This record gives sequence, C-alpha cells and structure tokens, in this order.
Amino acid sequence: MSWFVIKGILRDRSRSLFPLVVVTVGVALAVFLDAYLRGAQDSIFAATARLATGHLRVVPRAQAELGNRYDFRFTLKDIDSLVSSLSQRYPEISWHPRFRFSGVIRSRKTGLPGMPFTGLGVDLNPEGSERKRLRLGQGLIAGGLPESGGAGLGFRLAQQLGVVPGDTVVIVTTRADGELMEIPLAVAGIIRFGVTALDRQLLVMDIGEVQTLLGAGHRATELLGFFQHGFYDDRRAVALARSFNLQPAGGEEQSAPVMQALRDAAGFGSLIELINSATGLVVFIFVLAMAVVLLNAGLLNSLRRYQEIGIRLALGETKLQVYGSLLSEAFFIGIAGSLLGTLLGLGVSWYLQTHGLDISGMMRNASVVMEDVLRARIAGRTFFIGFLPGLAATFAGSALAGLSIFRRSPARLTRELAE
Amino acid sequence: MLNMPDNNLIVETVELVKRYPMGRQELVALKGVSLRFCRGEFSGVIGPSGSGKTTLLNIIGTLDVPSSGSVRVLGETVERLSPAAAARLRSRHIGFVFQTFNLLPVYTAYENVEFPLLLLGMGAQERRRRVMAALEWVGLADRANSRPAQLSGGECQRVAIARAMVKEPALVLADEPTANLDAENSHHILETMQKLNQELGTTFIFSTHDDKVIGYLRRRIRLVDGRVAADETG
Repeated sequence: MSWFVIKGILRDRSRSLFPLVVVTVGVALAVFLDAYLRGAQDSIFAATARLATGHLRVVPRAQAELGNRYDFRFTLKDIDSLVSSLSQRYPEISWHPRFRFSGVIRSRKTGLPGMPFTGLGVDLNPEGSERKRLRLGQGLIAGGLPESGGAGLGFRLAQQLGVVPGDTVVIVTTRADGELMEIPLAVAGIIRFGVTALDRQLLVMDIGEVQTLLGAGHRATELLGFFQHGFYDDRRAVALARSFNLQPAGGEEQSAPVMQALRDAAGFGSLIELINSATGLVVFIFVLAMAVVLLNAGLLNSLRRYQEIGIRLALGETKLQVYGSLLSEAFFIGIAGSLLGTLLGLGVSWYLQTHGLDISGMMRNASVVMEDVLRARIAGRTFFIGFLPGLAATFAGSALAGLSIFRRSPARLTRELAE
Repeated sequence: MLNMPDNNLIVETVELVKRYPMGRQELVALKGVSLRFCRGEFSGVIGPSGSGKTTLLNIIGTLDVPSSGSVRVLGETVERLSPAAAARLRSRHIGFVFQTFNLLPVYTAYENVEFPLLLLGMGAQERRRRVMAALEWVGLADRANSRPAQLSGGECQRVAIARAMVKEPALVLADEPTANLDAENSHHILETMQKLNQELGTTFIFSTHDDKVIGYLRRRIRLVDGRVAADETG
C-alpha cells in the first residue's frame, strides 16, 4: 500500500509539488537562519573577545563597576604573579595582560586639530599569541609592527591625521601618577584591524613600552583570558568567573581582582539569551507559517480529491484508512521536503561559512565591535533543526485538512459519485 | 466466512422504510420494501428518477441504513453494522459499478483494478494473477498500463467492472452503468456483465431506467414512489 501511495504522489504533481516546495523552502530557511544567527553570534563574540574583553576578563573591582569606561587609576598590580596564579588554577585558559589608555592624538606634520584615540598596550613579542589574535600581521598595510617602539595606528585614524610610517604623532594622556603629559610617538605602521570602529580610533603599542611611558611598571588595566580551544563557552565562562569571585579578595577592596565572563564584560547577557530564544522563535514561526500554508494546500487538495476519496470509501476503505493514507502521503512529502530543505539550507550555510559576506561597506560609520566579514556557522543541531519541524508541519497541515473525511456521509456517496 | 442461513439468499429486505428530513417535513424514499435476491441473479431495480432506486442500492450496499425495517446482506444485518464493519463487508464481498466510472485518475487500469485487492492485504503474486485475469475477462489486458485519460468511456467502464469483479464478490451493485455510454458500448458492457454472472455466479443488482439494460435483466423490480409496483422474472 505504501508503494501505491508513493506512486500517487509522484504522478499527481498538484498533490505533491506545492507541499514539497513549501516544506523545502521553509526548512531551508530555518536551517540557514539557524546557521546564520549562530555565525553572527560567533562573529560578534569573536571580535569582541579578541579586541575588547577576552572570553574572561580580570579587572580591579572599581573598574568592573565602571563597565567599559576605563579609568586609568584602576589597575591590576603585580601582573606577572597574577598571570602565573591564574594559569595554574585555570589551565584551560590562556591569560594575557593588556593596558588601555586614552587621550587626544595629533600629527606634528600636518598641524590638524587633535582627535580622540584609544590606546592599547599588548604583548607584541613575535612568539606570543596576541599579535596573531589581533591579526596585526595580516592587517599591516604599511610600515612594521611597533614591537621595538613607536605605535601602530588604525588605517582610518592615520588617514584622518594624514600620517604615514616614519612620521611622528603626539598623544596627550594621563600618567599613572595623575600627571597630564604629551608623548611624542613614531608611527611604526598602519594597521587595518577589520573592525571599522577600531580602524578609526585605535593605537597599538607594546605593553612594556606603555608601562614605561605611563610610569605603570608591572601593572595592567586588565587581564584577558581565552579558552585554549578557541571558542567562547558561555556556560563554562560564567562558572569559572563565579568560582573565582567567590574567593576572598586580597589587597585593597577597590583594586581586588574581579573576573567577568564575556557576557557580563561586554553586556552581552541579554544578547546571548536573545539569540538563543530568537533561533527557537524563528524556527517556530517558520513551522507555524509552513503548517498554515500546508493546511490550506491540504484543504484545497481535499476538495480536488473529493471524488477520489468518495470512491475509496465506497470501495470499502474505512475513513480511518483514508485518513491514514493521507498522513502517509504527508510523511513521504515531509521526509522528502525536509531532506531537500536541509540539504539546500546546509549548502547555502556552507557557502557563507566558507566564503563569508563582506559587510565592511555597511559598517563604515558603525561603532559596533564586529567582524567585517559575516559568516554562518554549521553546528550539530543545524543538521536537524529544520528536519523535524518540517515533518511536523506537513503532518499537522494534512492532519487538520484530512479531518474533513470524517464529515463525509457514506449515504451520499452514490449521488456524489454520479455527479 | 459468511453467516448465511440460506446459502442461496444474498440479500433480504423486510418492510424497508427510509425517511430523509427535509426542513420541518420529511421525504419518504422507501415505503415498506420487502425483497429477496438469491445467488446468481441478474436483476434490476427500475423506475423513474426519485422512485427510490439509488436509496435501495445504497442500503443494500451498506452505504446507508434504513429508518425502519430490516436488511440482511450476505447474512449480516446492515442496520446493526458499525461503519468499520460495513466498510469491511463492502471491501470483501460487494463490488460497485458507478455510472461515471469513477476510476482513480493518476493510476493505470492495472492499478485501479489492483486497488481493492490491496485493501484486502493480498500478496503480490496472487494480486497480479487476479488483476490480469480480471482485465482478460473484460478484454483489456493489453491496456493494463493505460491511465483512464487514455481510455475511451467504454474501456473505462470495463476497467470499473474488472475492479468490481477482481475480488470475486458475491454481489455487484451497478448504478446506471450505461448512462454515459453509447449504444454499442452499452451492449458490450452488458454482455461482459452477463458473461461474468454466468461464469462466476456473481449476483448483479442494477439500478436503471435504461431500456438497453432492462432488456438484459432476468428479473425486473419496478419501484414507483418508494414501493414495489411489480416484480417480474423472465
């Protein structure tokens, strides 16, 4: 009987083609959106983690209370020993000190008015991981990296200042002792960070030189931790931060170190929850839309197949058997459509995962820390997120539409079949 | 197994009444019809439109139940059958031939004839043997792979007869089977049915007002206004 049903589906395209197309498109969209949202989430988190907060961030308590507004007076002291102790305690995380400062920068050559900048002191040792993490080598447009002095400027900042490698810029910033001072810096290189907001404002120096220039030896404004496996694991990060913060704080209350997971450091808590529930919501909406469309298709189909169903009932098929065969048809169409849709969705997602979508044009004036190339990410659940809902929607549509069979009166069949 | 007290009795109606509500009034389609049909009969219920022919066939075919009176078909009391039991009785023992053929359009002649056997859960080999035999009976073995749209009206009706006969039912109910056929095809169809009746001993009950059909019937039951006006044999 199953083969009989399949033959009917294959031959009667109006019975199968429209539902198949609806399920395929719906499932493909659900699969693609899941991969796209996951990719977008990764993109936002990865950029924010490597450039701003790490997967975990340790800052003085006073700084933690300020959020992302840095106050240079609040620094972590004796940073080497803190790194060593955290590395021992959390071997799955690699720890890297950074020093943030800010002020006004101007060019000596052009004499243009100064503009605000954000300075970032990082370990520029060629053997270290920070250069790679910040993609400084790849992003270098002109000159060299400032590992042995000077500064690397974001390429839009350099354009605005009108400077090239070898020129000198002057920064006005505050030293550790609170004194405001002007510091001349040689422009070692021009860097494209790949994040528009940073390309416009960031100045990179070796952390050792920053500590020396600002009189902040063995100090850092923050200590960033990255999972050794490379991906942000929200649940684990939150657990580690919680366990660290339960330890009694040493030293002065204001300068005691506090650990934050990326979701808290970057204020991403609600974004993570939103993305998680948005994926579910998107799939739900697609399933609902598919079910409504398939219900209508099923109702139209019931009208079109009114005579066929009548013949089958007259020939001795029970209403339940006819209903069951309609559900079998829905099952076959659902399986085929869900498979096709999943393959199609995975194909498009794979393309976007491999090649990415360059959105740097759209991000030109944005201040969001986000990668310029958006990529989808295919995860384990992407393979089945559309499949079961696609099957369920086809079933639900046919199941509701097929109920009309139970309203057929056998007593009227002969008259109906004579028409 | 059929539960039949009399091996020759196929259908028995006793004081059959069928009423249909028509707003506040009611239409009485059958007014106390008592009939007996025996194995191997080639009989017909004749009469003008509205005389109750189709209603009687519906009740004998277990598609409807009487308002009062009793109907026994192949030993089963129709008014006591559940819908599932009635469907089972139809699928096993009753064949239908409709005036508009009513073939399943997406299936071939072979598959249309095969359908009742699928409902009976018959094995593939036995199905094939029976379907080909049924198509041979009606002279359409060479059109087995044609779909209804590729067949003439007469050929479609012969496929419908093969579908009704393939399970070798005890009873075939034919509602105006020649209404949509020309004279030549009508005679061809009726000869085929007559041959099957004689060779297989199947009971045929027609509902008709077509003189061509009436000419072939061995028993003619005339219904007028829901009552049996005449019951002639020969």
